Amino acid sequence: MQLTLEFGGGLELLCDSKKIHNVNVEFEQQNGEDKLTMKGLLSWVRTNLIKERPEMFMKGDTVRPGVLVLVNDCDWELSGQLNTSLEEKDVVVFISTLHGG
Amino acid sequence: MEGKRSVRMCCLCNERRASLSRPKTLEQICRECFYLAFEDEIHQIIVSNRLFIRGDRVAIGASGGKDSTVLAYVLSKLNRIHDYGLHLFLLSVDEGITGYRDDSLETVHRNQIQYGLPLKVVSYKDLYGWTMDEIVKLIGLKNNCTFCGVFRRQALDRGAAFLKADKLVTGHNADDIAETVLLNILRGDIARLSRCSSIITGEDGPIPRCKPFKYTYEKEIVMYAYFKKLDYFSTECIYSPNAYRGFAREFIKDLERIRSPFSSLFILFVCLFVIHNHVIAYRPRAILDIIKSGENFRISTTTKMPEQGTCERCGYISSQKWCKACVLLDGLNRGLPKLGIGRSRVAIGCKEENESHGGKSIESKQCGSLDF
Repeated sequence: MQLTLEFGGGLELLCDSKKIHNVNVEFEQQNGEDKLTMKGLLSWVRTNLIKERPEMFMKGDTVRPGVLVLVNDCDWELSGQLNTSLEEKDVVVFISTLHGG
Repeated sequence: MEGKRSVRMCCLCNERRASLSRPKTLEQICRECFYLAFEDEIHQIIVSNRLFIRGDRVAIGASGGKDSTVLAYVLSKLNRIHDYGLHLFLLSVDEGITGYRDDSLETVHRNQIQYGLPLKVVSYKDLYGWTMDEIVKLIGLKNNCTFCGVFRRQALDRGAAFLKADKLVTGHNADDIAETVLLNILRGDIARLSRCSSIITGEDGPIPRCKPFKYTYEKEIVMYAYFKKLDYFSTECIYSPNAYRGFAREFIKDLERIRSPFSSLFILFVCLFVIHNHVIAYRPRAILDIIKSGENFRISTTTKMPEQGTCERCGYISSQKWCKACVLLDGLNRGLPKLGIGRSRVAIGCKEENESHGGKSIESKQCGSLDF
């Protein structure tokens, strides 16, 4: 699945200081369902994109408190957070709120 | 609930697709309604607390980070549409940190042009003769934030005086203030506890400081900056692991997420607040409730508060013979950088040094970086 992932607010420092990543996410079918959710994407990002200090990005199976997530410019709290299902060419943005003012 | 394709409409206008959930109210609103609500809340805070009067010269403490960038943008917008009649300035402090402040100052220089606001930069090197790079080279990475915090506070005041400002505004947001309330409780710092949650401080000093974002959540500030594509700088200071504040920050963020009130730390803090204020910190209002608790702390009249005077050396406000910056600077210049660091326990350790230039009166206060 082709996705555009954007890291901001300092999170880009965890993945080679690159803000925008155009990625092709290969995912395993879960429970026979053919869809990728944010939960699956987060674990993919952690394995494939985060190069250092993963604890700055994730806590448990979700993002660290203080990291905002937008799917197609919409707050993921409106779409079910980890259960948000993703589709081809979606844009997912991660922004840390935790860096200086 | 499942799947983003089930489009939700804005609960205010019911016309456009909702773009975010407001942390304060959990309302689901669209971008346009969010801009209006965000700006209007800040306008109401400014008006109801009488933060400014017409004709005021207002210096905006600008670091190039998200909070001060959004503050500069929103204040200049509100000043224009509501005709406050304010003269706004950007005021930045150059601590002399290569690879951090030099980059963020470039952001402030761009903001100067983008918002059409005059900019004044004051540097530690000019004011004190030392850059933070030089200080860290001398003292290492322990206590460096104490120097930086104390120096910054005074540098902002001196910059504001240079601009002949009537008020100094900073971008401290609700999350910051809630953290500071908790930290001051943990440190038992009564004087700062009552001060840190006030929207205006230093009214008796030369330049009052105010915090128009006192009730504004960090999430909304970042969302606003993101949607408006505002130009801000977001790199952690290279010298600041800031562990203690980091703990309070994570704790509050976790508090917001808690759905059942059965975590032991949570109960500890709830007890603390209930005893004093009969307020229960509870998601999603945890942050506002902590601020409220800070506001409601009453100090008994028998508690001895430090008296405010002026520094004998530089004339800055101080509760001691010399202000904290002068004590620290004196230590640096005499090659005794530990002078004035830490609390009474450490002060006893430095007793001989203290006595050699004026005795016990130069006892150290707590780290200024937690102060507003």
